[in-house]
Amino acid sequence: MNKKVALTGNEAVALSMKQINPDVVAAYPITPQTEIVQFFSSFVANGQVDTEFVTVESEHSAMSATVGASAAGARAMTATSANGLALMWEVVYIAASNRLPIVMPVVNRALSAPINIHCDHSDTMGARDSGWIQLYSENSQEAYDNMIQAVRIAEHPDVLLPVMVMMDGFIISHGLENLEVMDDESVKDFVGTYKPDHYLLDIENPITMGPLALFDFYFEVKRQQAEAMKNAKDVILDVAKEYKDLSGREYGLFESYKLDDAEIAIVVMSSAAGTGKYVVDKLREEGKKAGLLKLRVFRPFPHKEIAEALKHIKALAVMDRAESFSDFGGPLFAPIRSALFDVKNDIKVVDYIYGLGGRDIVPPHIEKVFNDLEEIKETGKYDKLVNYLGVRE
Amino acid sequence: MATLKEQSKKEQILTGGHRLCAGCGHGIAVRMVLNAAEDPLVIGCATGCLEVATTIYPYTAWRSSFIHNAFENAAATISGVEAAYKSLKKQGKIKDDFKFIAFGGDGGTYDIGLQSLSGAMERGHNIVYVCLDNGAYMNTGIQRSSATPRGADTTTSPVGKVIPGKQQFRKDLTAIMAEHNIPYAAQASPNNWRDLYNKAKKAFEVEGPAFINVMAPCPRGWRYNTPDIADILKLAYETRYWPLYEVENGEWKLNYKPKKYVPVEEWLKLQGRFRHLFRDENRYIIDEIQAEVDRRWEVLLERCGEK
Repeated sequence: MNKKVALTGNEAVALSMKQINPDVVAAYPITPQTEIVQFFSSFVANGQVDTEFVTVESEHSAMSATVGASAAGARAMTATSANGLALMWEVVYIAASNRLPIVMPVVNRALSAPINIHCDHSDTMGARDSGWIQLYSENSQEAYDNMIQAVRIAEHPDVLLPVMVMMDGFIISHGLENLEVMDDESVKDFVGTYKPDHYLLDIENPITMGPLALFDFYFEVKRQQAEAMKNAKDVILDVAKEYKDLSGREYGLFESYKLDDAEIAIVVMSSAAGTGKYVVDKLREEGKKAGLLKLRVFRPFPHKEIAEALKHIKALAVMDRAESFSDFGGPLFAPIRSALFDVKNDIKVVDYIYGLGGRDIVPPHIEKVFNDLEEIKETGKYDKLVNYLGVRE
Repeated sequence: MATLKEQSKKEQILTGGHRLCAGCGHGIAVRMVLNAAEDPLVIGCATGCLEVATTIYPYTAWRSSFIHNAFENAAATISGVEAAYKSLKKQGKIKDDFKFIAFGGDGGTYDIGLQSLSGAMERGHNIVYVCLDNGAYMNTGIQRSSATPRGADTTTSPVGKVIPGKQQFRKDLTAIMAEHNIPYAAQASPNNWRDLYNKAKKAFEVEGPAFINVMAPCPRGWRYNTPDIADILKLAYETRYWPLYEVENGEWKLNYKPKKYVPVEEWLKLQGRFRHLFRDENRYIIDEIQAEVDRRWEVLLERCGEK
């Protein structure tokens, strides 16, 4: 049933989309996501999917058409990166507010300016408050697996929220890796058929979507969205459990790597987690109690579970692949540090901003972070709360 | 064709109880267009007066399924709905036949939504797009758009001590849409209900995208006495400011040729937004408007093979 193949991240995501066989895909090319659209176009051209492919003239229209298709009762998808996501912005919020279970792979890329086609997380971190569930993938395998699980999470009646599935631009999207994929039939069975309760093409029950709601109802709509996001946590775990039975691969809200007895640790997302694990292994050989937490689910933010997993750590570094220009660290730093606020131990938490615009992150960078943590652990003091890694200063 | 009496007895898709102003052209135009539909519809709508006045949660004035997404994306949104229909129909997941129509004001169509509309038309979706042209951003309080007539007083082209209202002539959107080589594009007026009904019917019937630009006056923005709406609509085509024509598979056809050309100032003088043009120092603007109306009319006659 499972088959080992060598695919790039973009090929793996495109394959997942082919196997999910959505009713509608509306998408626009943008580096480094372009290949996904190209691969998917060839599936359409060769009759390998039932999808109606809408070749829109912009990302704004990509999300708009996807919203229209999803509201109409279709399983609908799009895909994007960086400035494309930024152009969609307005409608990204509308998709979530209208509770449309759209799945969108986002190949992470730096936002302009300067224009840059390489990886960082500024694009999707900016969309963190848009009401979408966000799943980050370390590699092609995770991107493939997250895509398939995303459909079930999004469409779950307790959730009904759109899901973004992230992978790092070029590093993963264009890197060739071995992974296990499932056969079409297994994916088809796993995702099932989309049967919405309310949709535009229900001739017996016409509906009005996207009405005007002012001070009398808007707040209730937002409150319900917040509740759906809260519900998503358990659904993500349930879907992961079911997916494990099928694939043999285990997913949670995050991955704890050698954390149990760790004294110093880093929190990291996506491809840099691989580099991080390599460094942790090396430090462990040297007898240092190093560990790593790789966050998969950033929205909803699993604050309780994170606090539980990190409560015994003495010095912690949060690795941010985005700036938030707050003078208070990147977008991952603040919620991690806040999640640890109620932990009794006096954990020192510092931030490292790294890899912006595709700047390489290599083992010596992460070794430096752990060396700093060793010192913080010993002295209980740190030089800087927010640090920049691998940049000319 | 259904007579006006028969049409008035048809169950209205846009029901009463909506909150459009008395004397607004939107409700009249929308009902006339929808009266020509025979299949069930899904209706898309850009942000604007029509949307805010008909879908105040938890109420809706629409008997058909309706979707409002945002301001500039009604065309892209309805194209997504149509794509969903094609896909679900092909797969046998739905059985019923539907038609798809989107409404946008001139702000949402000529300006901020032009790209979305152009894309949807080029892709060839089987949709009808109707622009309800009242010549300004009325919903936000009468700001000028690229559909606003030369000389009009709006809140962003106000009549001041130095500048006497809007400086530019309006964009010719109907011609721009016709140049997309879509199967059907037309310009119409609710005052000529027979003409509008026929155009809406053709728009629904053609395979592929159709566009109709309908003049839909705004009593607040144009500053007219509300019962005068019919006269204003009539004078718009009698003066040839708003010619009635259609372009069917590339064939341009003039639908109405006034027997006698009425000077454009007859149309202008019924509207408060042009009042300042009748001051001596501004009369030259009326002459300029007349000259531009004459010039565009000649171009249209040429295109329609009337010369």
